[in-house]
Amino acid sequence: MEFQPKILALVCTYCTYTAADMAGSARMQYPATVRIVKYLCTGRIDLIHILKAFEAGADAVMVSGCEAGSCHFLEGNLRARERVEYAQKLLAEVGLGGRLEMFEVAASDAPKWVAAVKEMTQRVEALGPSPLRRGRHLHPEVVEQLENMVQS
Amino acid sequence: MIIAERKPFAEIKAMVAPYKKILIIGCGTCVAVCLAGGEKEVGLLASQLKLALGLEDKRLEIGEITVERQCDLEFLRPLCDFTADYEAIISMACGAGVQYLKQLCYLQPIFPGVNTSFIGVNNEPGYYTERCRACNHCYLGLTGGICPVTMCPKGLLNGPCGGTIQGRCEADPEKECAWSKIYHRLELEGSLDKMRRIMPLHPHDRSTTPGTVIHPAFKRRYGAHE
Repeated sequence: MEFQPKILALVCTYCTYTAADMAGSARMQYPATVRIVKYLCTGRIDLIHILKAFEAGADAVMVSGCEAGSCHFLEGNLRARERVEYAQKLLAEVGLGGRLEMFEVAASDAPKWVAAVKEMTQRVEALGPSPLRRGRHLHPEVVEQLENMVQS
Repeated sequence: MIIAERKPFAEIKAMVAPYKKILIIGCGTCVAVCLAGGEKEVGLLASQLKLALGLEDKRLEIGEITVERQCDLEFLRPLCDFTADYEAIISMACGAGVQYLKQLCYLQPIFPGVNTSFIGVNNEPGYYTERCRACNHCYLGLTGGICPVTMCPKGLLNGPCGGTIQGRCEADPEKECAWSKIYHRLELEGSLDKMRRIMPLHPHDRSTTPGTVIHPAFKRRYGAHE
């Protein structure tokens, strides 16, 4: 079977989620490799959310928030960037480097979202499936857990 | 509070390599504030270990628990039954917590998850600096609230030394001279006369290790201790 990457996208509702929505409305084509989890702000994203996604077998995780300076909560996206950088270090330590990236996509920038998904998909295709996946699909329970965490 | 840093992941991984079932115990006080060994960091370490061993196709069962303080029997005692099921323990507490935990759970090997750094303050989240060497003889009332024992690399009690360069320290020009700061603090306080006071030798004997303190109200219970 051809390798179909499973990428978890943790996105901010104010910008990237709107951009992704717009990409859909505008019938823009991009790989069906992402599963989106919507956050009220990327500042809510915790390191453990990212690591749990990899435990569940995600091939990659992309975090996407507002452009610097335009966070609805002033600096949530800056905090998210710090956390993502730290998470990249933690993942590199365990041997999963290169599978986490942060993007900045403004609400009106649907083409940028499409480009980000394409870039991440290409990167994962080059890296190959996560060794932790072992033929499984991204465990639906974990996505559900994450969604519950976000709502709580 | 006590400031610590998490040990490098490779070191922790090597420590627990021979075991199949381990328990990671966090400490919810000082090391939780300095983001080294609280509940969240226990979760992160457990997750990292699971990922790293998963990549090597090994299985490691990991228990996670965090107690309020590992330097307090009141919080450690309830752990005793719980720890019996595990082959080894990683304690994310400071050195005091690790030792106290081992005193209770002496049947399993115990490994420290953090390196204890110093007694310090929380300047900003994630940014901590040393303030106290726990020398058991506090001068802060005489030095404008700046500790010469800790903040001066030479620990001078009658400073500044000749190496002060325009308020900077000769040992590390990046840092301000502690005694220069003390002078300016005392100036603001209006008590520069304290600078004229010659301090006697520091009583190093008071910080001989291991120290013991018995509260005066408890002398009868624990025996007279001078």
